[in-house]
Amino acid sequence: MNRMPQSVESVKLANESDAMAIERTLAGDRDAFRVLVERHSHSVFRLAYRLTGNQHDAEEVVQEAFLRAYQKLSQFAARANFGTWVYRIAANYAIDLTRRKRREDARRETPVMSTEDNAERDPLDLLPDAAPSPERLTQSLELKRQMELALAALSQAERTAFVMRHWEGCGIEEIAAVLNSNSGAAKNTVFRAVQKLRQTLQPILENKAQAGVIGTES
Amino acid sequence: MKHFTEEELIAYRGGEVSQRAVIAKHLSNCAECRSELARIETVLAALDTLQVPDPGEDYGRRVWQQIAPRLPERPGPWWQAWFEPRRLAAIGTVAAVILVAFIAGRITKRFNPGNTAENREQVRERILVVAIGEHLGRSEMMLVELSNAEPNNPRQKQVNISSEQRRAEDLLEENRLYRQTALQEGDAGLASVLDDLERVLLDVAHSPQEVTPAQLEAIRQRIESRGILFKVRVVSKELQQREQAPQAPPAQNDSQKKERNKV
Repeated sequence: MNRMPQSVESVKLANESDAMAIERTLAGDRDAFRVLVERHSHSVFRLAYRLTGNQHDAEEVVQEAFLRAYQKLSQFAARANFGTWVYRIAANYAIDLTRRKRREDARRETPVMSTEDNAERDPLDLLPDAAPSPERLTQSLELKRQMELALAALSQAERTAFVMRHWEGCGIEEIAAVLNSNSGAAKNTVFRAVQKLRQTLQPILENKAQAGVIGTES
Repeated sequence: MKHFTEEELIAYRGGEVSQRAVIAKHLSNCAECRSELARIETVLAALDTLQVPDPGEDYGRRVWQQIAPRLPERPGPWWQAWFEPRRLAAIGTVAAVILVAFIAGRITKRFNPGNTAENREQVRERILVVAIGEHLGRSEMMLVELSNAEPNNPRQKQVNISSEQRRAEDLLEENRLYRQTALQEGDAGLASVLDDLERVLLDVAHSPQEVTPAQLEAIRQRIESRGILFKVRVVSKELQQREQAPQAPPAQNDSQKKERNKV
């Protein structure tokens, strides 16, 4: 396989199904796992970023999720969808990682902020080019910060449930599996997350709407 | 006109299918619920503007390059999952209880050869009763301590509940195994209380480690609203009575199980 020209190898990688790649990996072809990594890395990164709130941790989650998936691949054999499975592993690791970091931060008595990626960046770098006025830009940045803080204030279970349901479109059963709970509890966790986000953000959004910073469709 | 709750509207917005047609019909006639849904929509739409950075087209290749040197030659065997530390600890605890129950059954049989299989079953059940009773006791203690938690220093604005959280995580695994055992034994009442307890333990285990007094109050209210402390105390007391009873006939055990279903 290593002797194969890159272009042929790429075509082969693109056409191989997850099931075939898993079968080959289990048969001892370690490189076959690369198909799965390349195919699913972006979606796992998206989930991990939304769960952890920063790029560095998200990248750690992606790597660890694939390492764990490889180690446990023989337990996966009978399951249907590799993407869903690795998602679940990533979500569980993101929960553990965030919890560990919060513990470490609590010991150092410095609160975790999900905005750490942006802390050293010039806020203007984050702004769209067509922004209408400096005042409005400042308010938009403030809103973004408020939204990140509202997400960071959720418990890890609530954040996971919200991200999986709202942004990733996962089913309640899938969320329940990640949270190790039943579907009733998972549904309740999604509700609690949205309710908390509303309590924090709705008054801010209504003020901004009145000031003309954002538009409302209602 | 009966309006839909915030929870129902959020579930509707999330695409849940139950009651979908009914809610849609109601929304077409109810300006109040429409406006509430629009407010939910505004918050969610604002959150959608938070973007995820693009890790680049070659991200998958980079991930592979980073993990490839760390991959063993072959994936681990299927039985490896059974040796994860947390699962081992929980399985160890429950296995120890079952082993003690088995040995106790054998000893009872040796010293009392006239005993029937029914009696041995009672001994086994009594040991499980003791173990579950202890588990409920530890859970109750953790919940009471959580309910009374306060900042170490009055000037601190946050309360550290990491110790309760760690205990909740440990109790969770045990709780799941005891709940399954209760279901297998046909004790639906006990299983239901353990199910309620599991939700509370999950809630505590997944809470932030440092919470504001308002967040702590919200956790307390959720514990209270489930009435879990009361249920745990009632079941613990009943288990204690069963533990102390000289030898309850099976018929009495069944009626106790039925009684507990009412808790």
